[in-house]
Amino acid sequence: MQALQRISGRLFVLFVLLVLSVLVTFFFRLFVFLVLFVLVAFFFFRRNAALLRVALRSVQQRGVASLLTAFSMALGIMLVVSVLAIHGVIYQSFSTNASLGYNIIIGAKGGKLQLTLNTVYYLSQPVENIPYEFYLEFKDQEARGYDYQFALTRYAEHLQRSVEQSPGAMLAGMNGVLAIGSQCVTSTALETIRQGQDPTARPGRFRAFTQLAIPLCLGDYYGRFRVVGTTPEMFGALSFGPTGERKYSFGEGRNFQTWNKDHGYFEAVVGATVADEKGMKLGDQFSPAHGDPDGHGHERKFTVVGILGRTGTPNDRAVFINMEGFYLMDDHAKPIESEDDEEVSEGEDAETVNEAANQETVLVVPQDRLQPLPIEQREVTAILLRTVDPISALYLPNRINEGPVAQAVLPTSEIYSLFGTIVQPILRVLVLLTGMICVVSGVSILVSIYNSMSDRRHEIAVMRALGARRGTVLQIVLWESIILSVGGGLLGWCMGHGLVAAASPKIEAQTGVSIGFFDLAPPVNLLEMLGAEVSSDWVRQWFMLSPEVLLIPVLILLAVLVGLIPGLAAYRTDVAKSLGK
Amino acid sequence: MLKVHNLKKTYTQPNGQPLHVLDVPAFHLDRGEQAVLVGRSGGGKTTLLHVIAGISHATAGDVTIDGVPLNRLSEAGRDRFRAGMIGYVFQTFNLLPAFTALENVLLGMTFARGKHDRGRAERLLARVGLADRMSHRPAAMSVGEQQRVAVARSLANSPRLLLADEPTANIDPANQQNIIDLVRETAREESISLLLVTHAMEVADQFDRVDRLEDINRVGQELPPPQMPGEPVATP
Repeated sequence: MQALQRISGRLFVLFVLLVLSVLVTFFFRLFVFLVLFVLVAFFFFRRNAALLRVALRSVQQRGVASLLTAFSMALGIMLVVSVLAIHGVIYQSFSTNASLGYNIIIGAKGGKLQLTLNTVYYLSQPVENIPYEFYLEFKDQEARGYDYQFALTRYAEHLQRSVEQSPGAMLAGMNGVLAIGSQCVTSTALETIRQGQDPTARPGRFRAFTQLAIPLCLGDYYGRFRVVGTTPEMFGALSFGPTGERKYSFGEGRNFQTWNKDHGYFEAVVGATVADEKGMKLGDQFSPAHGDPDGHGHERKFTVVGILGRTGTPNDRAVFINMEGFYLMDDHAKPIESEDDEEVSEGEDAETVNEAANQETVLVVPQDRLQPLPIEQREVTAILLRTVDPISALYLPNRINEGPVAQAVLPTSEIYSLFGTIVQPILRVLVLLTGMICVVSGVSILVSIYNSMSDRRHEIAVMRALGARRGTVLQIVLWESIILSVGGGLLGWCMGHGLVAAASPKIEAQTGVSIGFFDLAPPVNLLEMLGAEVSSDWVRQWFMLSPEVLLIPVLILLAVLVGLIPGLAAYRTDVAKSLGK
Repeated sequence: MLKVHNLKKTYTQPNGQPLHVLDVPAFHLDRGEQAVLVGRSGGGKTTLLHVIAGISHATAGDVTIDGVPLNRLSEAGRDRFRAGMIGYVFQTFNLLPAFTALENVLLGMTFARGKHDRGRAERLLARVGLADRMSHRPAAMSVGEQQRVAVARSLANSPRLLLADEPTANIDPANQQNIIDLVRETAREESISLLLVTHAMEVADQFDRVDRLEDINRVGQELPPPQMPGEPVATP
């Protein structure tokens, strides 16, 4: 037992020094770790260069078997490196979206995660829509006044005033129109007018808490990509990136406008991935498909006026159209509900009534423009909200959630919850599985070396007869195990990084994350990765490092463990008996 | 240089019965002396060399080399002592097939602390006539060349005692004398004490001092001694 302790002493010292080197990196990071490792390796290998040479020659002697054994380890490490790279990509992708430029999402009541995924990542289906008028509660009085001028209530009110001003001259011709107009307003709007509550006479109820509110209208597709109806503020006012420092920019063209003399309401901006995949360029026209990637295409065509610069966010994979144009597409107008269905003229339905209202003389827009869709017929899928201060972000969601119309979610919280609850455990399991593959590969090293022991008994006896101690032959076997393990590991590292580097263009196109050959997996908190809860920032900082840094020490440890059994067989070789064989 | 006193070596047989192999009351070798030990096959010559070299541990008795009591050292101590102080030439050469001639000689230095002299290894190989075969592996060498490499390896650490166990047993007659001459000359040049074990009398005749294993080992004394040249045949 004493001899065994002496035998493993050097390797144990090496392992301890490596662990200490890793610990030191918590303060001085990778550079010092490398320097220390090189010094340790130089010192240790210099003292043991001869043994290392003997071990290397023994490995070479069993060329094919050694190569196959090392390759099995290489495959395992390649999988580990690939999983770590995937973890890094996902982590970076989540980090890029950590600051969205807004801190609350308003949407229809339902699943919070679904609302977040649908709004941020354009995944899943929209929960439901909320009334446009709810969106206007986040706008100031001036903006409300502008939008409300397109309200049917306003139209009806104008018609009422027109009738009141010229009853005799217009009565005969206007009777039918007046009847239509009155049927077009909601009962709530009429009641509002009767009670004298003019919605344009006040700012929105939540305006005081709002710095920015951007509506999103979802439901259409262009190929596999989502079409998002929104306002120019989407790219003019929002920012993104891990700290929200990056502004949207256009690789080509410009942002769309609410109205343009060349394209009217029908301008669009496409994400970089959409442009690449669909081969889109400025001036191209397209028709969104309704409700489904394979749904029927709208008749309206939108013109591409801008191609976004690559952001690494889901916005790279979406098409953005002017919200006004979105509403003017068929099937996007919400049907008008009337309290008294029997008041609707026989033979006329709501859509006919809407068309009639729209085709009337334009009251508030120039003659050459289409009448925007009345606000009563508008809905929004979600509202991206940025509050004036962080306190509002805590207060406002409660107030909205208490109401009957909508819900408010904190997307960052949902995203990190998703990452921590689902993604992180899956990644942890993957790392565990690939680690087990490496252990299996380590066992193959054990079997390979152990099987060679019976053929090498004479060779070991000769070394012992030449003066090698029992511990020395054990060291030689351990070195063989380390050579196979670390050699295979380095090969696997190169293979894994090569694989990831080769796939980097596709990864970058999908996620915006670029990975080079020498890029290590991003630093993670190793304790938390292993499932421990860390409350101390000091401890957390200590253990923030790339998991790949631990590959070599872990491989050496694995090699020592699997090399012990064949090493002990060499240790116990009977010299006198084996010399004669 | 070498002193053996009341040396005994006993093995335990599979049936549990002891098998006495060596019972040597006394044996000695002076510094620089060259002696040959003859004996019949299976008489314990190799076992005696193994005990002297520290490869096997004596059951009882003392082996002292250059004042160092080998039997009182630990196994690791004996290994270390052997690496630095004793050269051993094996009957079957025992070269490692994966190593070149030069590497086999260097291997002899590997296990001795602080000794790894490539220049000396090359000089030794040149001395045994293998200057142009240093990078050849044993499989690419003749039997005689392999034994030369083994001789060079045994001298790698400048030992004080050289043990040769039937070094010409596997050598063709044409090369046997070359090997014997090589071993004796290098031992003489470096003032190394030489103990050569053989059952070939033509080899033994070349040495000034010839000892019979049967004379020094009580275990084999009940058997008739081997026939020496000129002696009448002993009748039981």
